Amino acid sequence: MTTPSTTMAQALNSALRDALADDERVVVFGEDVGRLGGVFRITDGLTAEFGEDRCFDTPLAEAGIVGFAVGMAMGGFRPVIELQFDAFAYPAFEQIASHVAKMRNRTRGRVALPMVIRIPYAGGIGGVEHHCDSSEAYYAHTPGLKVVTPATAGDAYSLLREAIEDPDPVIFLEPKKLYWSKSQVALPARTEPFGRAAIRRRGADATLVAYGPTVPVALEAAEAAVEEGWDLEVVDLRTLVPFDDETVTASVRRTGRCVIVSEAAGFAGVGAEIAARVQERCFHSLHAPVLRVTGYDIPYPPPMLEQHHLPNVDRILDALDRLQRDDRPDPRFLSLGGAA
Amino acid sequence: MGDTKTRTPARRAKTRAAQPEPETLVAYYRQMLLIRRFEERAARAYTEAKIGGYCHLNLGEEATVTGLMAALQPRDYLFTNYREHGYALARGIDARRVMAELYGRSTGVSKGWGGSMHMFDLESRLLGGYGIVGGQLPLATGAALAVNYKGGDEVVMCQMGDGTTNIGAFHESLNMAALWDLPIVFVVINNGLGMGTTVEASSAEPELYRRASAYRMESARVDGTDVVAVRDAAQAAVERARRESKPFLLETTSPRLRGHSVVDPARYRTAEEKEALKEADPLAHFGLTLEEAGILDAEARTKLDAEVKAEVDDAAAFADDSPHPDVSTLFDYTYATPVRGVPRRLPADPVF
Repeated sequence: MTTPSTTMAQALNSALRDALADDERVVVFGEDVGRLGGVFRITDGLTAEFGEDRCFDTPLAEAGIVGFAVGMAMGGFRPVIELQFDAFAYPAFEQIASHVAKMRNRTRGRVALPMVIRIPYAGGIGGVEHHCDSSEAYYAHTPGLKVVTPATAGDAYSLLREAIEDPDPVIFLEPKKLYWSKSQVALPARTEPFGRAAIRRRGADATLVAYGPTVPVALEAAEAAVEEGWDLEVVDLRTLVPFDDETVTASVRRTGRCVIVSEAAGFAGVGAEIAARVQERCFHSLHAPVLRVTGYDIPYPPPMLEQHHLPNVDRILDALDRLQRDDRPDPRFLSLGGAA
Repeated sequence: MGDTKTRTPARRAKTRAAQPEPETLVAYYRQMLLIRRFEERAARAYTEAKIGGYCHLNLGEEATVTGLMAALQPRDYLFTNYREHGYALARGIDARRVMAELYGRSTGVSKGWGGSMHMFDLESRLLGGYGIVGGQLPLATGAALAVNYKGGDEVVMCQMGDGTTNIGAFHESLNMAALWDLPIVFVVINNGLGMGTTVEASSAEPELYRRASAYRMESARVDGTDVVAVRDAAQAAVERARRESKPFLLETTSPRLRGHSVVDPARYRTAEEKEALKEADPLAHFGLTLEEAGILDAEARTKLDAEVKAEVDDAAAFADDSPHPDVSTLFDYTYATPVRGVPRRLPADPVF
């Protein structure tokens, strides 16, 4: 029997459906998640199946939605809410940073907030400003939040189920360009838990660290690099908080070279954190500087330009070219300014 | 006693509840007095650097606090803003634990981690003071839905200041509460000032209770220096919420006798305004009312004052003697369990 082909969108929908069926404390709400089934159809059919008490539409009020979920969670429910797009979450940031992330600590463990904030994020769909932001650093920089971003349908299902079961609030970032990408996976699937990175491709010469939307890009680049003699390893982080130092460290110590690939602007981003961790732990194994291939430090560009902004195979190959394969110092790294 | 104005949809003028028994009035007076002396003691402790962070006092709000809390049942829930010491006391939390929280000690209501602005107590169902203006409103609204979902008959009271009515969360929360018929009473403590800016200078509709009409929510304004009037207005709103699961917006008006916080000298106030404040003191006013009614004479008030002062001094001594939270608690409650990749290393601990 062949394993069925499943899109990430279907996997997320199944995860929500199964969670609603398994746990009556689970409540799904957000803008247009009920009657419409969500702008990306992730909540399609849930209201029809479980009723308006379990999956319902809210007014356009992101801070209200998130705070409302906090109140529900304080009352013993497990809210799973959708904020329609990455940048639509910004009005709710006050609630997320000030209350969602801090409630357990503030109450010294007396109040847990087992809630999930689902956010379709990142670019690659010809969207525009407000609809393509990679906002993961804001959340990863906020202690008290867990930050999850799947790259496969199987992980989408498994990580969302785990997020709903988790006792802490989880920011669940769904790479919207991967909603319609298919994986061979039978649901319900359970993959590795939070905090375990997955090695998507084994290799010996350098490690590409990717997460969410850049995982397929890194894999594509690894295939393209074979022609140039590179045998690349690709690590998919799956969760940014918790962060799997062990897998990343072991990989880079083995390969001696590391390139981090992420869509977000590079400056002060998650990629910078990974680079810092890699050099702290792998200093004696490194043959070249740790490099980052990221979105540029600009607001998200218009649709016709986004392909130049996002990390792609060419930009990853360009970075490989600067990994000092022959162990001679590269004069480009001796400059004091500019991009590495 | 102050009057209660009602706003659309039109509501019949409610019949005034019977005047409370003398002992109830004396208990209210004592409660107000405790809040007054507690806050004065807190102000002193702040200037002595016993209290860190920020410290906002309920001075002038004593009748409102006491009246509102008298309207709640023990099973009801309370969310407040950061000016909540008095609410914690009136909700029945031991003055020792409240003062210890201000002192940042491990015996405090929030084990020394919440401080002045973030008191939290499950037992008395005080679900938090909140330091961000308007931050508590969506939470309280969600808590009210949770009550309905569980089929409970508890009511949520959500207290806020006048400045909050201009923030987005106010609109978002009142809209949802009315849309979904939630058992919640929003209370605006109108002391005329958002820090140093007057209500008139910041609100296009300075009669704040009228804002509720935008949500077809019933609302009223009550004299917040009149403890019985506040109690009656709040009780009507709370019991209606309990009975019919309908939200309500109650505005109380009272003076803020000092600055926004302990460190604010309130220089923006004119000499006349400062003089008028003395006249508006709800505690002094209530004391005289009780004396005129033959319920509590000056001697009895002096005796009560000594009693309350002793309670407050004891609370301060308890706080002073209590230990600070241990450094080892730094990492305790950021997450439910330790999280991979989040370092907890202190000096001399292993590096990795």
